[in-house]
Amino acid sequence: MKKVNYFLAALLGLSIQFASAQVKKGSVLIKNATVLTVTEGTLENSDVLVQDGIIKKVGQNLNAPNGVTTIDATGKYLMPGIIDAHSHLGLDVVNEATSPIVAEVRMKDMVNPFEVGIYRALAGGVTISHAMHGSANVIGGQNATLKHRWGSTDPADIIMQEAPRTIKFALGENPTRVHGRGNGIQPRTRMGVEAILRNGFNEAIQYKKEWAEYNAAASQKGNTALSPVHNERLEILSDILDGKIIIHCHSYRADEIYMLINVARDFGITKLVFQHTNEGFKVAPEIAEYTMGASVFADWWAYKFEVYYSTAYNAAILTENGAITSINSDDAELIRHLYHEAAKTQRYGGMTDEQALSMITINPAKQLGIADKVGSIEEGKQADLVIFEGHPLSSYAVPQMTFVDGVKYFDIKEDADDQRMKISATEMVEPVMIYEGHDSRCMQDTESLFETTESLFLLNQ
Amino acid sequence: MKRLTKTFFAFLLALLPVMAMAQIDGEFIKPRPGKFLLQNATVVTITKGVLNNTSVLIEDGKIKEVGANISADGAEVIDCTGKFIYPGMIDGGTKLGLVEVSSVPETVDYAEIGNFSPNMQALTAVNPNSVAIPVTRVSGVTTVLTVPAGGLFPGTAALINLNGYTPDQMYAGFKGIVMNFPNSGRRGRFDRRSDEDIKKANEKALKDANDLWDNAKSYNKLIADGAKLDYYPEMAQLAKATTGELPLLIEVNAASDILAAIKWVEGKGAKVIFTGVSEGWRVADSIATAKIPVITGPIQALPTRESDRYDTPYANAGKMAKAGVKVAIRTDDQENVRNLPFFAAFAAAYGMGKDEAWKAVTINPAEIFGLADQYGSVEAGKVANLIVADGDPFETKTNVMHVFIEGYRMPLSNRQIRLYQEFLDRSPGLKVN
Repeated sequence: MKKVNYFLAALLGLSIQFASAQVKKGSVLIKNATVLTVTEGTLENSDVLVQDGIIKKVGQNLNAPNGVTTIDATGKYLMPGIIDAHSHLGLDVVNEATSPIVAEVRMKDMVNPFEVGIYRALAGGVTISHAMHGSANVIGGQNATLKHRWGSTDPADIIMQEAPRTIKFALGENPTRVHGRGNGIQPRTRMGVEAILRNGFNEAIQYKKEWAEYNAAASQKGNTALSPVHNERLEILSDILDGKIIIHCHSYRADEIYMLINVARDFGITKLVFQHTNEGFKVAPEIAEYTMGASVFADWWAYKFEVYYSTAYNAAILTENGAITSINSDDAELIRHLYHEAAKTQRYGGMTDEQALSMITINPAKQLGIADKVGSIEEGKQADLVIFEGHPLSSYAVPQMTFVDGVKYFDIKEDADDQRMKISATEMVEPVMIYEGHDSRCMQDTESLFETTESLFLLNQ
Repeated sequence: MKRLTKTFFAFLLALLPVMAMAQIDGEFIKPRPGKFLLQNATVVTITKGVLNNTSVLIEDGKIKEVGANISADGAEVIDCTGKFIYPGMIDGGTKLGLVEVSSVPETVDYAEIGNFSPNMQALTAVNPNSVAIPVTRVSGVTTVLTVPAGGLFPGTAALINLNGYTPDQMYAGFKGIVMNFPNSGRRGRFDRRSDEDIKKANEKALKDANDLWDNAKSYNKLIADGAKLDYYPEMAQLAKATTGELPLLIEVNAASDILAAIKWVEGKGAKVIFTGVSEGWRVADSIATAKIPVITGPIQALPTRESDRYDTPYANAGKMAKAGVKVAIRTDDQENVRNLPFFAAFAAAYGMGKDEAWKAVTINPAEIFGLADQYGSVEAGKVANLIVADGDPFETKTNVMHVFIEGYRMPLSNRQIRLYQEFLDRSPGLKVN
């Protein structure tokens, strides 16, 4: 039986690899741009040669090999593809809100490559997004890192298969509202949130021990040991303890951030990134010392009580204290202008161009564990690139073309207006969606837990 | 009794050293009125071009003089060499001051119960001490329309300056009755009604609007004829819109609704302003022909339809302006009204152009509100709402260096800045344990 399982698993693994092998890779020569490499300074009048999806050469007077298209970017800016460390784009479902711990669910099973928001993100220069589980649970589901290969219809093709595993955690108002006040179970307070975490990890340690004992016994001749029952939830928690999964934790208040740092240290967990982190500035030295940093909004605040004592200077304070800091969207609209969100750190804290650009490129790449592959313009890295009219940190900047793996997926001059890949056969009249505030989906799919959709609307960050 | 008094004084005396020791650190900088001479700047007047090496004199809350050689006599001189002076920006639609924390209902004061409550006064509920107000004004936004929401006639909006200790001190001279024009589209992601239900609701809302309007007209007629009517404050307020005494701010967004609204206002004799107008670009010529001014926004928004080009919300304001519509820009926000200059920049970059975008946050809203003689440009005689910056205030790199509201020099601080000052270099820092 076990052998058959292994065989099936191997087949499944093979089929996924087969699928990702179909991903398109492009070649292109971009000439005479102002190249914002992010990690290696700004190169005036420079060329970038891409071959088979990889940045082959960065320099001057490069020539296009046979069959490789040349794009003249004179007077334009070239930067690495923008990376959003917090998004819910391209997901059919966001929250499995049924238990304070749902580590077993996976966003990669929910990927929807047809969502037009992916194209709209590309039109804002975003090539990679971290498709996260929602914030209804203390330990949420596993996230997926997406590459915006718009036009692919196979979910596997827009998943960045080589990215490490990550998982969503959430502290504060959302999990206590859903479980404590919604379902009448722990946690109802920030004390309960800590208990859920510690209990969960201790249970996982026990589970690991039972398996270790069983495996030791099973290798003995003539043993009669019964195997422990497989528990996927505890398997995932064990993987977190073993450092195989990066935690991305929804958090706002300094006390809860500090709590998780302590819990992580007690359990020997070092792969930890804080998300939102509005009060991160209060514990910036601790975040810098013990974690992989924080991914924050540029200026969102006051939409709920736990973000009332926020400051738009958060990213600057974190950066000055040495924490890896990224700017994220968590929002289908905001993701369209992350370059502008990053630019706000120049008004609020005087960040340099390089610091501001890092917050949407190499820093989120570090937090997602993919900085060796993307996040800067360096030879050998994947060719995710954006051409801008105007400096990307100018309020007047307009993205012109966006490339993923050297393939152009957005061109302001050539693209059709209507980018839908799928059109509803049942809707006679196309719905007109009128703006009614921020459209974050952190609390999507928890509607049934609340009296009215309106109350959800207020609570959806 | 005497003894008691004695004991009391002894007690007070004992307290004295404690009171003397109690101290309050730091000086609180208050808004400060005065005579100020902003010397030798580049003045972007909006209405009279760009003036180099020009000074602006502020006195008695007004712009006293704009010129090259102004006497500094008795004035506090602020050297503005290499700096730019602009009029304070006006946000044509916000909920600023009406809400403190969106998710805490006790702090949300923009939506009263009921479908017909035009007599609800936004100005009454404005909290002059809202933390968001100083957060907003350091960006150079000095004046906002603050607007009630919810229902068919949710209330009366008011224009406020972002300085003052009472709503009346803040009031900037414009009020308008808000109408949410019956919406034939979906209300957003969570609206799961069927097409049929939406249509029915839309028809009912239109009928309600017509009935109420007719009643308001009858109300006026009966009053004029000397009839004695029951106390009906809602109707008394709406009646002011039917005569044009108060303008009607019609919130309308979908293209078909905009066309329906244009038809609806025809011959009604109301002073009409359209707000929202997110699909205005689809019917821009019709709006221009109807000569109805528009307050549009937010600019940073998603397209209204899946099939729309990604940049339609950025380009909307510019397309309407090009068609001849008078356009003002709003954020439709509460805590982040500070983003108004950036919304204007996006509109500028996607077709509106910088000059027109500046007008859309200064002179155009002033004209739409009937206050162009007081606000919206740097001209002698106008209210001294001014900003001084070291560059283009639409750019995030630019520092806004001074803000004047009604001649008051505003402190450029707020809670977000104070948190920055406290926590940038925290002490104690990291305590290794």
